Amino acid sequence: MKNLFKLLSIIIVIIAPNSYSFAAEKVEYLKTDWSFKGLFGKFDRASLQRGYQVYTEVCASCHSMKYLSYRNLAEPGGPEFSEAQAKAIAASFEVTDGPNSDGEMFTRPGKLSDKFVMPYDNVKAAQAANGGAYPPDMSVLVKARGGGVDYIYSLLQGYEDAPSNVSLDDGVYYNKYMYGNKIRMAAPLSDGLVEYGDGTNATVEQMSKDVTTFLMWSAEPHLEARHQMGFKAIVYLIILTVLVYFSMKKIWSRVESEV
Amino acid sequence: MSDHDYRPKSKVGQWFNDRLPLLTLANHLTDYPTPKNLNYWWTFGGILTFCLITQIVTGLTLAMHYIAHADMAFESVEHIMRDVNYGWLIRYIHANGASMFFLAVYIHIFRSLFYGSYKAPREIIWIIGIIIYLLMMAAAFMGYVLPWGQMSFWGATVITNLFSAIPLVGEGIVTWLWGGYSVDNPTLTRFFTLHYLIPFLILGLVVLHIWALHVPGNNNPVGIDIKKPSKDTVPFHPYIVIKDGFALLMFMIVFAFFVFYAPNILGHADNYIEANPMVTPAHIVPEWYLLPFYAILRSVPDKLLGVVAMLSAILILAVLPWLDTSKIRSAVFRPLYRQFYWILVADVLILGYVGAMPAEGLYLLIARVATAYYFLHFLVILPVLGFKEKTLPVPLSITEPVLGGSPNLAAARNRESKIE
Repeated sequence: MKNLFKLLSIIIVIIAPNSYSFAAEKVEYLKTDWSFKGLFGKFDRASLQRGYQVYTEVCASCHSMKYLSYRNLAEPGGPEFSEAQAKAIAASFEVTDGPNSDGEMFTRPGKLSDKFVMPYDNVKAAQAANGGAYPPDMSVLVKARGGGVDYIYSLLQGYEDAPSNVSLDDGVYYNKYMYGNKIRMAAPLSDGLVEYGDGTNATVEQMSKDVTTFLMWSAEPHLEARHQMGFKAIVYLIILTVLVYFSMKKIWSRVESEV
Repeated sequence: MSDHDYRPKSKVGQWFNDRLPLLTLANHLTDYPTPKNLNYWWTFGGILTFCLITQIVTGLTLAMHYIAHADMAFESVEHIMRDVNYGWLIRYIHANGASMFFLAVYIHIFRSLFYGSYKAPREIIWIIGIIIYLLMMAAAFMGYVLPWGQMSFWGATVITNLFSAIPLVGEGIVTWLWGGYSVDNPTLTRFFTLHYLIPFLILGLVVLHIWALHVPGNNNPVGIDIKKPSKDTVPFHPYIVIKDGFALLMFMIVFAFFVFYAPNILGHADNYIEANPMVTPAHIVPEWYLLPFYAILRSVPDKLLGVVAMLSAILILAVLPWLDTSKIRSAVFRPLYRQFYWILVADVLILGYVGAMPAEGLYLLIARVATAYYFLHFLVILPVLGFKEKTLPVPLSITEPVLGGSPNLAAARNRESKIE
């Protein structure tokens, strides 16, 4: 057993610092306190609501969020808008429905059961409107990027003037956190770009944090339920393990052997 | 075995048992004499059974909601994660369950390597185990393709393309496997079918694995043959049942930690991007449990030879009982083998590590040295060691070392003769 632990510790010492070394030019991401990390991590409700506002006023003009429905906005564990608010949000979007009894497509105000309306009809249209680059769907974006929330949070604040040795084409921007440092999205946020209803000062940092929190929820809508159930499950398992341990000791005391 | 004389107490039980001796089987399983010195490395057999059942149950539930179609698979997984009641829980158990399954099977295999459990008379148990392991890899690989993310698609492309290395018919075989000229919907639907089938094949082989085990009985840390039943054994129930149960609970705590607090840490972020045949990911890497073999594959410059090396690395295990020439089973009494064993463990871990790295420069060099050593261990070191190694004296029975006697053959003989 001693050998095993020795070996494991050697391996960890060798491997741990090198794990990510193949991204040689990797930079440290900006850090912030995420309320949803940790054993009891929960979303900050107000931040989620502000994040939705940033998403819908800024991101949603190019980025779709096709796996979410308006009803999700009122569900427990999310931004928890009231049902009336979520209905009003849904109704503010025009949804194409049909065909009706005349065989015609028609538009109507959105309902809770509708999926988030997409900014473009299809990928080609999105590319045509964005200089050939497709703005990725944001539903699971934080899970689809290596650095997760820290990466998105940093990226939104990572726009800089390009160093003199980097030349940028038209419509390409320099971002120190982007893979390869070149990004086709212009800096989306600027101080005071949105006006928060709760009076929070809309700095780039604040908006980045809020919208990233919202994106974490959109990728993991059941995160709070998962943390709560996880704590209960693990406490239950630990208690049961202790009980079984003592039962085992008792049973094995009948034979001359160690357990 | 010894329990042919078992007879149920009740009339109904006797009537039933005369027609289908299930009660005799149950009696055999509970009374099964087990060495009393089994340590916790022996609890992983039970843990693996648990893993298999968990994968089958969660898999069946997922299959009720999953849609095996290239245009809908990714969306249906998101539907499971968002809208199916506790769908997120079932999927995270299934996805992390695969990793837990492999963690347990690697411990199980390396336990066997340390204590020489593959040696006579247990060769068939071992070979069935290797077949189960091969099927597990096939099932896991195909399962990883089903969410139809970027790693699913490109992993499937890379692995199926390996068959094109076969001379003359290779290209034809790949087209046949794909059901078309690239990985596409026909590939996905057949992978789903096979992914559904293989666990039941594994289940059948597990029954054979346990059946074959119950003929000679368990090996044990001392690695000697023991009399059954005797002072050296305990009945399976309750002694081993409760011990396996305790170990399983410890394992489940680790499992639960991954499912509830780090459900995506063992996966690759790119698999949350829907499959796109037009965009190749920067690094295509398989799941962690296949990395050592991926490293072996890439360490050989020739494609065909690389595939041969990778397959040989697994199949060489099947002939291990005949490559290891030592008569002594347990590494406890083999001081030299013990050293080489730990070097092999380190070698496989290093292979896993370089398998995750790009195949270039220093990483490639390390991969080549580690691959060479892997084969050296099985083809040269093990056969030679059996003849050269001076082994330590082995006790006559388990009770001797357990009761504090030295693991010394002479001392044990003396004591035996005094008793007589």
